[in-house]
Amino acid sequence: MRLQVRKENLVKLASPEQLESCRSELQAARRQDKPCITICGGTGCRAGRGLDVARVFRDILKKKQFDRKVDVQITGCHGFCERGPLVVIQPKGILYVSVTPDDVQEIIVASIEHDEVVERLTYKDPGTKKRIFHEMEIPFYANQQRIVLANNGKLDPANIDDYIAVSGYASLAKVLTRMQSDEIVELMGKSGLRGRGGGGFPTGRKWRACREAAGYPKYVLCNGDEGDPGAFMDRSIMEGNPHSVLEGMAIGAYAIGSDRGYIYVRHEYPLAVENLGIAIRQAEEYGLLGNNILGTDFSFKVRISRGAGAFVCGESTALMASIEGFSGEPRAKHIHTSEKGVFGKPTTLNNVETWANVPLIIDKGWEWFANMGTKTSTGTKVFSLVGKVKNTGLVEVPMGITLRHIIFDIGGGVAANRSFKAVQTGGPSGGCLPENQLDLPVDFDRLTEAGSMMGSGGMIVMDDRTCMVEVARYFTHFLSKESCGKCTACREGLLRMYELLDGITSGRGTIEQVELLEEVGLYVRDNSLCGLGKTAANPTLSTLKYFRDEYKAHVVDKKCPAGVCKELTTFDIDVKICTGCGKCVKSCPVEAITGKKKAPHSISQDKCIKCGMCREVCPFNAVITL
Amino acid sequence: MILQDIQQEFGYLPPFALERAANKLGISPSQVYNVATFYSSFSLTERGRHLIKICDGTACHLRGSVNIRGELKRQLGIGAGQTTSDKEFTLEEVACLGACALAPVMTIDSEYHGSMTMDKVKAKLDQYK
Repeated sequence: MRLQVRKENLVKLASPEQLESCRSELQAARRQDKPCITICGGTGCRAGRGLDVARVFRDILKKKQFDRKVDVQITGCHGFCERGPLVVIQPKGILYVSVTPDDVQEIIVASIEHDEVVERLTYKDPGTKKRIFHEMEIPFYANQQRIVLANNGKLDPANIDDYIAVSGYASLAKVLTRMQSDEIVELMGKSGLRGRGGGGFPTGRKWRACREAAGYPKYVLCNGDEGDPGAFMDRSIMEGNPHSVLEGMAIGAYAIGSDRGYIYVRHEYPLAVENLGIAIRQAEEYGLLGNNILGTDFSFKVRISRGAGAFVCGESTALMASIEGFSGEPRAKHIHTSEKGVFGKPTTLNNVETWANVPLIIDKGWEWFANMGTKTSTGTKVFSLVGKVKNTGLVEVPMGITLRHIIFDIGGGVAANRSFKAVQTGGPSGGCLPENQLDLPVDFDRLTEAGSMMGSGGMIVMDDRTCMVEVARYFTHFLSKESCGKCTACREGLLRMYELLDGITSGRGTIEQVELLEEVGLYVRDNSLCGLGKTAANPTLSTLKYFRDEYKAHVVDKKCPAGVCKELTTFDIDVKICTGCGKCVKSCPVEAITGKKKAPHSISQDKCIKCGMCREVCPFNAVITL
Repeated sequence: MILQDIQQEFGYLPPFALERAANKLGISPSQVYNVATFYSSFSLTERGRHLIKICDGTACHLRGSVNIRGELKRQLGIGAGQTTSDKEFTLEEVACLGACALAPVMTIDSEYHGSMTMDKVKAKLDQYK
């Protein structure tokens, strides 16, 4: 799919008709039957040397003089990061997982020269032990409904032609030629689209308020400050399909009467900044962004604003302060940002995933979108499924499906066949839900009712070796560090909560302190200024609600049932079970384990640093906690 | 934006540059200092030749990033936020690198090292020495 149709020194597309003829040319040039090797270029696969794999593919194909017959394409994130680097042979859709540069020769011989499959590199279902050859037949993908992520694995994010060939910018052309701006706002309202960043505010209402607000200029912002630890959905959209975000923003700008916008990207995402930058430049060259888009009176310019490492900047007013160059401190929203936002002007801020949904809704109609999901939460949602789960990666499902379906059918269940303890949704200020909540349908309102929240879509699975008190300590520590410090409830309250939790996990806690912790948590929830502060007590409050026994074990019995809190854990080897295989000896970083081969080993408690590595590696579960 | 460029150029924000930035922008040095200390990507002290970022995001935390940090400390003799005395390595702990599927993860300079284990740490460090 690498054929360059449009020549150098290209002319801007001056009308929607020219866009359509460009599209037909591009599609005609891309023969469907031509083999194409797509290699995932997402951050996960890059870390696994995915780009080296791509380079070796190109080298060998060139040597064999196949480079004209076969295309090599580096695409956006496919989402199945657990098994990266991923290679898909199109048009057949054969998926190879965990590919190394050394495997390339074999793949070319089998899949390109002959019509065969390298079986050892295909996906093996951990349950049925069967090999599955085709990407879309793997349970991880087959149980998903991908609309926002649909094109991520199909196009090169650094090439606008790829996006145009799959109907890119057709929705923008449609609104510019055939729709009035109030019609678009109306359509967004009917679709039921709600903000994907966490708040779940109806997008149509947001746009209407900004459209009706007085003032010039108006701003359109994209929130790409995905600060939630454990979440990387927006990253993969910005890196893998940046034009879908730009097209959504341009449509939004047209609808509210804006001509300028910013994308705020967190500084940990250099590849997203790079790909968005390339996308903006290419779209401007094509006349799809900038002045007089597609020959109409509509102009829209986008700039990238890089974040500098502050979690609170994901909050709308803090993000705006940060774009203006100040410290990202939120302000009270007595006046909505749709009336007085960035630089004091009317502003519409939506999250990356929300913007990426916009062109799809324009293209396929609000009915199509509203038919997916539940009545109050329409459409799909992308989750990043991580933690102690077999298949980690990005998962897109219709709203309203159950947590159980996501974790067990798509995620393949808990890693290493341990037992499920909890799932944490909604980022650091979400809540932890226990097993009896697994049949909860995932939508904005139901999760909030259960004491957690949708958040931006992080979903972290925890097993029986996760200590819930320590998890609460971890999140509270994170949140207290990231508290901007403006309001007392959040600044002081979180710090006190952290001190209490730290004491409990270190063995210094009392039962009264657990009660005090709950009291402070409720106070922080009820008295903080911004959304982050109001939800910051969630991890503590939800673990207190569902896992109070674990707190009791820490303060009364002075034991950590999960064997995580070092001061409350002693590891020992059960001499009846230990076979003396020696695996633990090798894994121990401080040489605390000794024993003769094939005889039970023992742990020297003076040396032990309680890292738990021996317990992780023991195939017989002989390492126990006292 | 200006501070980001300075940080990129020097690897940290030297005092003279902060003062220059304040003069240029026509604001007081304390306002610049406010921004410089608010955001975690800015550093006011000089960093080592290689920057190690150990991720302590939720996924990494659950999969044992604490142990990786402990091992780094044993190997380098420094904790998070410190630089080795030979100015070779600076160790930073960050909230999330966004590569959660590869947990636990760390980056050295801009290269990602995923699915880290304690015994991999030394070999990775040796590559950069």
